[in-house]
Amino acid sequence: MSQSNSEMPFWMDALLLPFLNIMTAFVVMVGIFLVIGVDPVEAGEILLFGAFGYGEGIGYTLYYMTNFVFTGLAVAVAFHAGLFNIGGEGQAYLGGLGAGLVCLLLAEWLPGLLVIPIAILGAALFGAAWAYIPAYLQAYRGSHIVITTIMFNFLAASLMVYLMVNVLNDPSKMSPESVTFPDSVWLPQMHELFAMFGVEIESSPLNVSIFLALLASVFVWIFIWYTRWGYQLRTTGSNASAAIYAGIKPPRVIVLSMCISGALAGMVGVNEILGVNHRLMLDFHVGYGFAGIAVALMGRNHPIGIILAALLFGVLSQGGQELAFEMSNITRDIVVVMQGLVILFCGALEFMYRPWLMKLYLASKGENNAQEVTS
Amino acid sequence: MHSDIAIELTDVSKRFGAVRANDKVNLCVESGTIHGIVGENGAGKSTLMSILYGFYQYDTGHIEVFGKAQYFNNSREALAAGVGMVHQHFMLVEPFTVLENVMLGNEGGKLLKEGRIAAETELKRLANEYGLAVDLHARVSSLSVGLQQRVEILKALYRGAKILILDEPTGVLTPQETAELFRILESLKAQGVTILLITHKLQEIMAITDNVSVMRAGTMVAHRKTSETSKEDIAELMVGRKVLLQVDKIDANVGEALIKVDNLTIKDAQGVERVKQVSFEVKAGEVVGIAGVSGNGQSELLEALSGITKVNSGSMIINGHEVSRKKPASPERMRIRGLAHVPEDRHHMGMVTSFSASESSILGYHNDKEYNGRFIMSRSKVRDYCRKLMDAFDVRPRDPDLKSANFSGGNQQKLILAREMERNPDILLVGQPTRGVDIGAIEFIHRRIIEMRDAGKAILLVSVELEEIISVSDRVLVMCDGVITGEVPAAEATERELGLLMTSSDAQKEVVA
Amino acid sequence: MTDWFEVILLTFDATLRVSAPLVLAALAGLFSERAGVVDIGLEGKMLAGAFMAAAVASLTGSAWLGLVAAIGVSILLALLHGFACITHRGNQVVSGVAINILASGLTMVIGLYLFNQGGQTPSLINDARFLSIELPGVELLSGIPYLGTIYKELISGHNALVYVAFAMVPVTYWVIYKTRFGLRLRAVGENPNAVDTAGISVSRQRYLAVICCGVLCGVAGAYISTAHNAQFVRDMTAGQGFIALAALIFGKWRPVSVMMACLLFGFLDALAVRLQGVVLPVIGEVPVQLIEALPYILTVILLAGFIGRAVAPKASGIPYVKER
Repeated sequence: MSQSNSEMPFWMDALLLPFLNIMTAFVVMVGIFLVIGVDPVEAGEILLFGAFGYGEGIGYTLYYMTNFVFTGLAVAVAFHAGLFNIGGEGQAYLGGLGAGLVCLLLAEWLPGLLVIPIAILGAALFGAAWAYIPAYLQAYRGSHIVITTIMFNFLAASLMVYLMVNVLNDPSKMSPESVTFPDSVWLPQMHELFAMFGVEIESSPLNVSIFLALLASVFVWIFIWYTRWGYQLRTTGSNASAAIYAGIKPPRVIVLSMCISGALAGMVGVNEILGVNHRLMLDFHVGYGFAGIAVALMGRNHPIGIILAALLFGVLSQGGQELAFEMSNITRDIVVVMQGLVILFCGALEFMYRPWLMKLYLASKGENNAQEVTS
Repeated sequence: MHSDIAIELTDVSKRFGAVRANDKVNLCVESGTIHGIVGENGAGKSTLMSILYGFYQYDTGHIEVFGKAQYFNNSREALAAGVGMVHQHFMLVEPFTVLENVMLGNEGGKLLKEGRIAAETELKRLANEYGLAVDLHARVSSLSVGLQQRVEILKALYRGAKILILDEPTGVLTPQETAELFRILESLKAQGVTILLITHKLQEIMAITDNVSVMRAGTMVAHRKTSETSKEDIAELMVGRKVLLQVDKIDANVGEALIKVDNLTIKDAQGVERVKQVSFEVKAGEVVGIAGVSGNGQSELLEALSGITKVNSGSMIINGHEVSRKKPASPERMRIRGLAHVPEDRHHMGMVTSFSASESSILGYHNDKEYNGRFIMSRSKVRDYCRKLMDAFDVRPRDPDLKSANFSGGNQQKLILAREMERNPDILLVGQPTRGVDIGAIEFIHRRIIEMRDAGKAILLVSVELEEIISVSDRVLVMCDGVITGEVPAAEATERELGLLMTSSDAQKEVVA
Repeated sequence: MTDWFEVILLTFDATLRVSAPLVLAALAGLFSERAGVVDIGLEGKMLAGAFMAAAVASLTGSAWLGLVAAIGVSILLALLHGFACITHRGNQVVSGVAINILASGLTMVIGLYLFNQGGQTPSLINDARFLSIELPGVELLSGIPYLGTIYKELISGHNALVYVAFAMVPVTYWVIYKTRFGLRLRAVGENPNAVDTAGISVSRQRYLAVICCGVLCGVAGAYISTAHNAQFVRDMTAGQGFIALAALIFGKWRPVSVMMACLLFGFLDALAVRLQGVVLPVIGEVPVQLIEALPYILTVILLAGFIGRAVAPKASGIPYVKER
């Protein structure tokens, strides 16, 4: 009753509210710029130019976006099942490990065309495995998934440090990273791909992973809304007793959805390890998992919304880098601040304007209709 | 004897949105008496009491407490005026001790130490005076329900309540605990405390109250002196003489038993027996109604029959398949065995309110080949299927894409009935089919149920609406406190007779005797 | 013999120093979560506190002013958390994440603006720090074998905030269990309905709780930058807020147990440092990361119900809505 009580039209809920939230975040950001003595107009121009103004910038924007799409989808899938997966960080990290291990083990023996799919599978599998344990503990032992996934983020970090320092490191290098993979397993970068068709674009880290991200979006869209498994997942997330009534087993749904979620987060490893770094290293994943929460929330847990929100985060990341590069009194930490503000206003304070909008809406609809809504 | 008035309500109204929960209610409670308030579920008793102790605020009307006009903005103000409440769901902090619970909000100083000794002394005095002995240092979570209730009473008294409201106090108590509670209430009354007892159990009204007021559909319909009335009289006032909806039906053509329940016992998550060694049969071609005040084991029975909850002991044979503790069932398997289930609470179980109508129309049948390919569920086929259901049961608006929540109660219910009936099951379990449904839809739903019966299906109908039970069923079973207290052929059943059976389990007879 | 004694003593000494901020942060979380507000933003509040303490201490030369500033900024963030979770019933986890990320970014941005040293603060001179305090009687007891050394090395010779941290344990215990404030705070985390029907404002009680949380996180932050270290550097809390969260769960939301958990986790940390690169007989080289990960592993095992049961306050994480 309380839900149907506060019904707003789709455009208000899905478009106006996020827009107001974003604007609030921007207003606060402008305030911060003014405080630290940066001209906000100039900063905005640099940011937008950095993100869209030239080929390389666009490439970077889309490359960052790719990661945000993966983690945003990951959070969304879990969310549809009523779960909060804040373990995207760890799952992304492990995904990279999975992809990297496959390359280190197989790249010398098998052709790249065979290794790449296995490596992608490895990333998915490792990411899923890292989500499976918290999911199992939630479904069958009742431990709270938020806490366990946080713990698993740190466990992933410790595991990776151990592996990179002691096991997988390239002895010829000082830094904790593996040998570089043979270029047969490097994912084609976009400028190489375009070059094959005789089109020249500026080089950037953007690689074919972005197609994987779009594919994953389509997959999630179909899975959630066009399969019986997605149906079971959404039923469990929306009304667990109705799910049980319908013969759905919530624990199984919890495990399944978290595994898919983990696999999606693991895809960050594909973009970073197979697509860009071409070797295993530390901290390639930092921040994407947490930002995925905001991406999913802003995108209303729908792939199209997630792609748009991921694009925004991509713009902030690349534009912010450019800002740090152009202005001596700004570092790339400005990106982190912007992300934090977006998560705060679009996530935690998501409903700040809701009561106010609701009042406006009801007032415009008139008293009679308002009563119809409540009854 | 007691001439002064503790509470006087004049034309008190309260609405939630479009719902009139209380409509011009008048009530006069004499000081130092036990005053009963009876009514069916949803008659507005709890809302009225919530207004009295300041949880809700009334829209219009006038309230006087001990001769002084009052408008309580919160429960603190009500307490200050001497009105205390013992809630149906106890407002206790379980990990706290009894003493801590009583002190909460009335600590008597910044440090607990300061108020503790005074509180202990006062509580001991209260405990002695009213016979409310309870270990002040025991954790509430370790106390029995009866003792927890005693803590609630102590809490109210400690805060200076001169008027005590008890909302369905015996619903969760054992017969012994009920007897004990009544003893306490008597001694409170002897000390001059005024008691308002909200209940739907007529036995209790007769056993303990001085006066009784009857509520129906948000209004106060009668006030009586208990000594000058009878259970039968009150039962009639409670249900009201509604115009009987006529359901045309031919005589039942009964076949073999499709549901056989034998000595079935079901416990809830806390291990309390909710259904106690129940046995009955439902045959093909008949409607068996289960009457009873809600919360007397009907829900648990339905959930066990439909495979949702496990059976603790005894067995049931559903369409030839045995189900017992050793042979558990699942909702999925039950559906395959030809059992369909219209759950009692459509929002809690029957549908997903955030889903579109078409999605809600396949709940439980979402794996059906009709609209599922190997991987893809065809939304257009689901939509077509939903439209078919909507046509068959005249669901309006006929829009499969409309959100389930945005249909009226009647149309939601029709959609669920369509979903469960159109697959031609052999057995149909129906819980509260017309709760919150408009008159037109009620008639339609009843007709459909009868049609199914005439098609040779076995139907078990659970309802708190006696009229519905009597007009739709062929046989009526009455449940009270997890036990079947009687069986009456529907043709011979009267509401008065059923009303008595509904409130007269052996357990309660003991108390009254 | 004395060599081993020395090693053990030094490890315990390090344990105390490492545990102190954990104790403060975990007790901070205890105030918040016992009142029903989940706080995974301990890390962010500590980080902001650490920055403010170092920045103000560096600008004014006073460690105490730094401490006050740290508490101030941490309370502000706590109020932001309250505004999102209590007033607007936002998601408590998301709010915590936002605060962590904001703190991580803002400390660097403002640090750069103020000091122009890549986000770090300048190294603090000794006056602007909390220095070791020698407790009275060290000389007197120094003659006694072992006991004298223990007193000198382990008990004495810490900075003021270490003593504050451990003093906060009985203080918290007292506040939570012995005062009206504590009674209401616990009640609001278990059954806000009971509190509301007793005529006490649930929101007010929860706001007070998150403010307490802010104060303690601020002290923890100040400890990290102006007592344990002598400047602020990027992300210098390094997950201690989450270790504190783990300790809070591991200690089952009870002050003394929480302190024990912090000591255990602090000990593991001190041990990890000590065992770095050391080859032990039989076992060989111990992977330091494994020891560092133990707090998280232990907490997961506890949560899974394999060693006892950690039952969170019943109403934690749930925004309070008056029922209809």
